[in-house]
Amino acid sequence: MSARRPLTLVILAAIVAIGLSVAVSRSAQAQPPTPSDNQVNQVASQLYCPVCENVPLDVCPTQACAQWRELIREKLAAGWSDDQIKQYFVTQYGDRVLATPPAHGLNWLVYVLPPVAILIGVGILAAVLRSWRRAPVPEPAAPPSTEDPYVRQMEEELKRRERGE
Amino acid sequence: MVDETAIEPTQAGESNSEEFQGGRRFSWGTGAIWLLLLAFLLLLFFGLRRTQQGPVQPGAPAPQFSLTTFDGQDLDTTHMRGKVILVNFWASWCVPCEQEAAELQQAYENYKDKGVVFIGVNYVDTEPEARDYMARFDITYPNGPDLGTRISQAYRIRGVPETYIMGANGNLVEAKIGPYASLAEIQASLDRALGSTTE
Repeated sequence: MSARRPLTLVILAAIVAIGLSVAVSRSAQAQPPTPSDNQVNQVASQLYCPVCENVPLDVCPTQACAQWRELIREKLAAGWSDDQIKQYFVTQYGDRVLATPPAHGLNWLVYVLPPVAILIGVGILAAVLRSWRRAPVPEPAAPPSTEDPYVRQMEEELKRRERGE
Repeated sequence: MVDETAIEPTQAGESNSEEFQGGRRFSWGTGAIWLLLLAFLLLLFFGLRRTQQGPVQPGAPAPQFSLTTFDGQDLDTTHMRGKVILVNFWASWCVPCEQEAAELQQAYENYKDKGVVFIGVNYVDTEPEARDYMARFDITYPNGPDLGTRISQAYRIRGVPETYIMGANGNLVEAKIGPYASLAEIQASLDRALGSTTE
């Protein structure tokens, strides 16, 4: 009985150790992986630096932009979607962080003006082409009339000279 | 015998008159195009004028705003009439802001019992870094994020740091673009603002 006791303890210790290692490895697997730079940049490329104008967040070299990219990484790790992150940035820093402005207020002009300008241009072009088509084609210059007695006399004279008369 | 030279000018005159009348004929399409162009130019003009305006100038009514601090406290400057308010725009990534951070905190401690309210407006920043910055400089006066950059747009700031001191009557007494050089400079500004209040 006393000889078996150390063996039992060893087996118990082994079972506990195996159980602990399985639990640790499972908890490690359960943690979401840290989002890669590519995943962060994929979201950052849809946003603009709020401080330095017209610089996309994924290529912005400033310290502030590095902080914002880290923020995106944290949000991605927390399971936020791209749209949720973008909305968070809009709430914090305003519409100007978006690559495409939302169509409200005066922003709608951005979407309406280009097609309107193209339509006006097409209209002007059509009007010009129509006016060109309507313009009278200048008549070709009339050939010298053979009825003219001077011309007729000259032609006869030339023919006579050609014949060697 | 017909005098052809006498007829020609009349025909030409009629022809020109027709073209002239045709040119003056009102067309809804042309009118709409001119109207659109005019509206676009007006928008452009007002937009450019706004960007060229620069920060709010002393003497003008200071933009009123509300802000939720990092501690969750709601502040509204409209409820602070009768007090001098110092509004400091800053960011954790702003190196010049660090030059005046400790002096601003010191000024706050010197003036908080003299009817002066200090408000820090954290401009386009991330909260953890902003909190780190405040901890680094032991800043205890109320600070909060400028959500949607609404406050900085109202003050038309060009960068950080910028500090605006509002008098008790709600008008702007002083605008400091860039960092304060010393505690004495901040205190002199606050004394002027308090002086203008008691006058």
